Amino acid sequence: MITAKKVSKEYSSKLALDGVDLSIPKGSIYGLLGPNGAGKTSFIRIMNQITAPDEGEVYFGSELLQPRDIARIGYLPEERGLYKKMKVGEQVLYLARLKGLTTNEAKSRAKEWFERLEMSGWWDKKVEDLSKGMAQKVQFVTTVLHEPELLIFDEPFTGFDPINTNLIKGEIQRLNENGATVIFSTHRMESVEEICNHIGLIDNGKVMIEGDLLDIRKHYKDGTFAFTTRTAFSDWGSHEVLSQKEDHMGYRTVLKSSEFPKELVITLSEKETLVAFEEVLPTVSDIFIEIVKNGPKPWNHE
Amino acid sequence: MSKPIILIIQREFLSRVRKKTFLLVTLIGPLAFGALMIVPALFASMPEDTKQIIVLDEPTLLLPHEGKEQYTLEYLDPRENDLELAKELLRDSQYDALLYIPAGENWDPDFIKNNILLFGKEDPSMEMQGYLDYLLEEQINKAKLLKNGVDPEVVAQIKTNVTIKSFTLGEEGTDEQSAVPIKMALGWITGMLIYFFIFFYSVQVMRGVMEEKSSRIVEVIISSVRPYQLMMGKILGIGFVGVVQFIIWIGLSGILYTVISTFLFPELFAEQAAAGAAGNPAADMVGLEVLDMLRSIDFTTVILGFAFYFFGGYFLYSALFAAVGSAVDQEADSQQFMLPVTIPMILAIVTAMNVIQEPNGALAFWMSMIPLTSPITMMIRLPFGIPLWEVFLSGAILVGTFFTVVGLASKIYRVGILMYGKKVTWKELFKWLKY
Repeated sequence: MITAKKVSKEYSSKLALDGVDLSIPKGSIYGLLGPNGAGKTSFIRIMNQITAPDEGEVYFGSELLQPRDIARIGYLPEERGLYKKMKVGEQVLYLARLKGLTTNEAKSRAKEWFERLEMSGWWDKKVEDLSKGMAQKVQFVTTVLHEPELLIFDEPFTGFDPINTNLIKGEIQRLNENGATVIFSTHRMESVEEICNHIGLIDNGKVMIEGDLLDIRKHYKDGTFAFTTRTAFSDWGSHEVLSQKEDHMGYRTVLKSSEFPKELVITLSEKETLVAFEEVLPTVSDIFIEIVKNGPKPWNHE
Repeated sequence: MSKPIILIIQREFLSRVRKKTFLLVTLIGPLAFGALMIVPALFASMPEDTKQIIVLDEPTLLLPHEGKEQYTLEYLDPRENDLELAKELLRDSQYDALLYIPAGENWDPDFIKNNILLFGKEDPSMEMQGYLDYLLEEQINKAKLLKNGVDPEVVAQIKTNVTIKSFTLGEEGTDEQSAVPIKMALGWITGMLIYFFIFFYSVQVMRGVMEEKSSRIVEVIISSVRPYQLMMGKILGIGFVGVVQFIIWIGLSGILYTVISTFLFPELFAEQAAAGAAGNPAADMVGLEVLDMLRSIDFTTVILGFAFYFFGGYFLYSALFAAVGSAVDQEADSQQFMLPVTIPMILAIVTAMNVIQEPNGALAFWMSMIPLTSPITMMIRLPFGIPLWEVFLSGAILVGTFFTVVGLASKIYRVGILMYGKKVTWKELFKWLKY
């Protein structure tokens, strides 16, 4: 959907993006991750053509990004808001028409969305009379109303209450199933791990790692295993125990093992105390910390 | 024009015109205009407060002059009173001031003129002093003339009052009577109006930009339209508000003037009109002369010029104000940038008097070429009939500068609207130009 080639952007002698190569597959839910100031918003603004890169190209599909592509993108910026004095309905129509919709198209789609998100009756209210949660729903509708092929959310869940967060996560997944490509940009990596299937990790304007989330997590697995036993157990042999704690299923022990801990599984099974056993894949933030500390791990296969 | 910019203009226009404050300002505007016309007339027709002055006139210089409506003079007998007694009298009475004219040893006018004293219960006003100065000078002059054996009557006869009728040399013998006072008034009023309108609407542009920035909607919008389109849409939209408001103002002022002059205070205006019409040949002459003078002013140029400099000035300044609005987070921070931007306009107002007195002088010429002052200065000069090439040159410079400034302002604007929580300095603004 989006391919960036050697994209660089400099802001008064600070390099915000430094030769960024990214490819965001069509139909994916893509997590653009990295700490604050890594360059995520700079890259998003380039995709939205709010700024232009100093160097490099960005392709939308197979063609270079063009001004008219704006109508194919829906963007929810981190700094977002609405005209406070304007009525909700008028505002939704205005923003949709700026994206190229006709008044009638915009009206009928808006009515649909308002019904869907239980917002009927807000049409003639002024934005300043809405609660924060209500305004967030309006904001979401304005982002998706023109049925964009690409949806970009910058720090989407900061400031959203939990009910709206879930509602909107659900709506985003539905839109994705209907064909839209979705980009989530956030510094809270754990918040999108469960819904993203692709990620790109950025730090200091450079891409640290990019690809299928599962592939990456598998690639970075480091022989961590978790055993949950019914009764406390302490004879873990020569394995390095990382943590031990009691939970609702029993006693959970996480340890390191250079190879599959077959012996332990057999022993515990025979004692009829093993409740669960799993290999623990590193989280995205684990991977991020690992990369920052030791550099990216080379892909050996192929 | 592209479609989004029309949408933006529409929104900017409608969202303002529909506001209650728009209605309020639009209605109050002509009322204020009307008040400007009626209040001075009312005050002028009110009976003046009379000040009573006691005079201790030792050389009987003024006696028996009774003063005028505003200042009545009452005399103390110099044989029974001296200065101390007179002061006491002032203190304990309803009189407002005491004028003391000493006789000196031999009533020498040169001694007298230097030793006249005025005491007041409050500080004597400039006007009172001026009036007494005038009275005394007249009397002392007379006294001096008599002393030198000259009859004051003869002097009064000799005194000549010259009235020059001035003309502007037209082509082919169609000399036009010049109308300096009316041109002055016209230049002054239109210049002030331009100043007021430029400021009024440019600040609205700035507020609009800041509103979009502080409500955080700006990034949503510029992901749909170019920042340049948003800025220009706002400037044009508010410009239209100005045009509509101005047309309503002119209409309402006209109606209001008619209502006031025919229904509310007919006697007040009739008096003025009667002075001209009631067979008073002098007043008739004045009326004709005014008509002649009005005919000598090229109103087409003035009206077209007003429209051009109003828009030219507004566009130029609103682009600058938009840049200022984009660079700050709240209105309080805008002061440091607004001051340098508004200084040229204030300069144009400050020099307005000089320009009126010398509409073809070097100051007037250069101020009407410099684009930041030209809308006001040129407007002041226009009624005086300015060579066409100067008007076109100043217009061309204004338009050219406008495009340059819009280019620069939109660069600052583009960066500024996305910059939050940062106190911006001048140095930084210049850096943004290079982003």
